[in-house]
Amino acid sequence: MRITQGTFSFLPELTDAQIRKQLEYSLANGWAVSIEYTDDPHPRNSYWEMFGMPMFDIRDAAGIMAEIASCRKIFPRHYIKVNAFDATRGRESLRLSFLVNRPPQEPGFALVREEGPGRAVRYTTRAYACDRPEGERY
Amino acid sequence: MNAVTETPPSAGPEGSAAAPLDLEAAYRDSQVGQVLDSLERDLVGLAPVKRRIRDIAALLLIDKLRSTLGLSAGAPALHMSFTGNPGTGKTTVAMRMAEILHRLGYVRKGHLVAVTRDDLVGQYIGHTAPKTREVLKRAMGGVLFIDEAYYLYRPENERDYGQEAIEILLQVMENQREDLVVIFAGYKQRMDTFFHSNPGLSSRVAHHIEFPDYSSDELLAIAHLMLEQMHYRLSADADAALRAYIELRRDQPHFANARSIRNALDRARLRQASRLFERRGAPITREDLETIETADIRASRVFAEEGAHEH
Repeated sequence: MRITQGTFSFLPELTDAQIRKQLEYSLANGWAVSIEYTDDPHPRNSYWEMFGMPMFDIRDAAGIMAEIASCRKIFPRHYIKVNAFDATRGRESLRLSFLVNRPPQEPGFALVREEGPGRAVRYTTRAYACDRPEGERY
Repeated sequence: MNAVTETPPSAGPEGSAAAPLDLEAAYRDSQVGQVLDSLERDLVGLAPVKRRIRDIAALLLIDKLRSTLGLSAGAPALHMSFTGNPGTGKTTVAMRMAEILHRLGYVRKGHLVAVTRDDLVGQYIGHTAPKTREVLKRAMGGVLFIDEAYYLYRPENERDYGQEAIEILLQVMENQREDLVVIFAGYKQRMDTFFHSNPGLSSRVAHHIEFPDYSSDELLAIAHLMLEQMHYRLSADADAALRAYIELRRDQPHFANARSIRNALDRARLRQASRLFERRGAPITREDLETIETADIRASRVFAEEGAHEH
């Protein structure tokens, strides 16, 4: 099951040229770009690992593309996303966030049913990948 | 004309016809003329440097024209070394270089990142590589200016981390030629030994540009240019005094060409200000505020020392 998180996630995978265009757009707006990775695909997992520091004083996308390339090299089977942070006062939040890498096989999620008191049933999802420990999931 | 007959057929009817290419239009479009003109106007002297920059600009323009015909020769190596004594305008020219390369489309953003050894080399094992990469990342799309580059290499200490920084630089200079241009700067002699002991670096630097010292007349012209930018002017006597000052200052130790002149002018401004402050109560005109008098320059330590020698 192909997970859809962040911007552009319902489109086909972005090519490097398209990623670069998005980065150029972010830099032109003065947003600080950072790279994060994880192998826990759960949608509520909002704390991904940072790959290096957020890149604040960068002028050209080439530097970020090199960083993405080295992240892909180290974590070829992880989810990798690129965030663009807008530091404008009053905004101070992400303006853009999209996946640039995903594992070749995504097994998806199981539906877990929990019997509650009475006849209540509570539902939750659990990623199949998370059966294994971190780092060995994909 | 040879160039035109070699046009690949895919270039279309306009390209394959023997129509002359419009170099003039390409020159105008790139607006590089304006940068070269302002280079001529704002920088006094430096004839060999200006000639070299013109050459490089011409090469880039011709290359661009050739590439429209499919005569690509690959991205030219544009890494440079600027050698010369202190205060001969290396940083200033580097800034202009970034602009020229930007106008010609060889660097995408045209900003200049000026660094020294401290910004590239770390203090412990494993610190250097990320630090150097960080700087390179910042310089991508522009020009990386490494001042006093010879400090990167310390032959007396074989465990120095400078070598690591050089290796990373080399790798990026070779593989990401279209992403950034590196300019090494420093004093002539020490740069020569630096390149000599790092042949890999030397062979990747295509343009070695030497900055000559300024003559006294040029220094005076620079002083006038600086004063003009600061909205000051010299009285007639002060002009002569400044000329005398330059002659004396040249022969003293730690003379740093234009930088010494700027410092001298800054001190003259201080003296002018306190001179005006002393006579407060009297009305001050605009002319008073913008004129630097002989006394402001003659009060310099340089003249005092000369007097001491005569006694």
